[in-house]
Amino acid sequence: MSDVAAGMMNRPDINQIWAWLDTVPDPEIPVISLVDLGIIRGVEWQGDTLTVAVTPTYSGCPATAIINLDIETALRGHGIEKLVLKRQLAPAWTTDWLSDKGRAALEDYGIAPPQPAGGPKRCPQCQGNNLERLSQFGSTPCKAQWRCCDCLEPFDYFKCI
Amino acid sequence: MPEKAVNESDQQALFQFLLRLGDNTLVLGHRVSEWCGHAPVLEEDIALANTALDLIGQTQLWLGLAGEVEGKGRDADALAFLRDIWDFRNILMVELPNGDFGQTIMRQFLYDAWSSVMLGRLIKSGNPAIAEIAGKVSKEVAYHIERSADTVVGLGDGTEESHKRMQAALNYLYPYVGEMFLSDDTDAAMVSAGFAPDPASLRDEYDVLVAKVLADATLTLPDGSYTHKGGRTGAMHTEHLGHVLTSMQWLQRAYPGSQW
Repeated sequence: MSDVAAGMMNRPDINQIWAWLDTVPDPEIPVISLVDLGIIRGVEWQGDTLTVAVTPTYSGCPATAIINLDIETALRGHGIEKLVLKRQLAPAWTTDWLSDKGRAALEDYGIAPPQPAGGPKRCPQCQGNNLERLSQFGSTPCKAQWRCCDCLEPFDYFKCI
Repeated sequence: MPEKAVNESDQQALFQFLLRLGDNTLVLGHRVSEWCGHAPVLEEDIALANTALDLIGQTQLWLGLAGEVEGKGRDADALAFLRDIWDFRNILMVELPNGDFGQTIMRQFLYDAWSSVMLGRLIKSGNPAIAEIAGKVSKEVAYHIERSADTVVGLGDGTEESHKRMQAALNYLYPYVGEMFLSDDTDAAMVSAGFAPDPASLRDEYDVLVAKVLADATLTLPDGSYTHKGGRTGAMHTEHLGHVLTSMQWLQRAYPGSQW
């Protein structure tokens, strides 16, 4: 058997790779995975080479380089040697791609998940809905700053784009 | 004309067009980043830094594509850090010093308004790479203009002092607006390739958008039709661009090839 044929027989199942990627945390918000964030757009074997398509959240997000490094480290740790990471711009990332699991984890962590209405639904601390926006931007490109007028706690809101 | 020569001149026009987009976002992004640590309140500091970050990210996309089109092995970093003043193709407005906070916000609004109209057209570009980038960055720009327009209204229709400063900023910056709508041979080549609209064709939509926000802001467009120009063609920049590049390019010039 040739090396290439042997490599193809031993290659892990695509679902297994998705499961591995679902354990790689977002470097800025470690309670959600890269899969939860919706930035892994495709996982595909081409012969004995694995191609992973990754889309950026914001074009200038400094976490992008770290994310690629983390994907590579995780998959190499699972024995994948031939790996290509492909940047995919279109369709552009949208917060609609956040998983339900990820949205719940965000709220549990104190970050209000994105809402189509453009603002948080409730305070992630006390569930109050008497809220005010402090700033359209926050500590990372994907967040804005809000405050709950019931419990007076400021909190991050994951911007809806 | 032989076919190869036609293709080369088209490629050259596309390269110039992409430099114009990428140099606008690069120089404006650098200018806005100068506010980091200096804004009047923390929330505005963070907002300006995030806006600058988006603009620099957009620069990586536009100049990255420009480098690929040029085909001489220059990437976005090489184009940003190793060109001199005469090779920059940004409009003059973005290289002007920031002035006060109001002037920075007014410039951002006047630019965001153009950018949002332009990107709306580029999403439908016949060049798939341009359309992809436009689709990505138009979402960020929609967020920017929401903030810059709201802030222009808040300050214009604010106190006597903030109104006075915003009107002064508009009077100073408005003669630089016209450059965004000038057309030349590069633009004609983009129109005929189906890659981009004639800049002049964006003016009506821009004027409607700007007039609405300025009316809400109780500000008045200045009289006169004089247009400062020369940046996007490279004919003549202001003295300010050299100072921007001195600061921005210093590290690569002093330590060639240095990396993170």
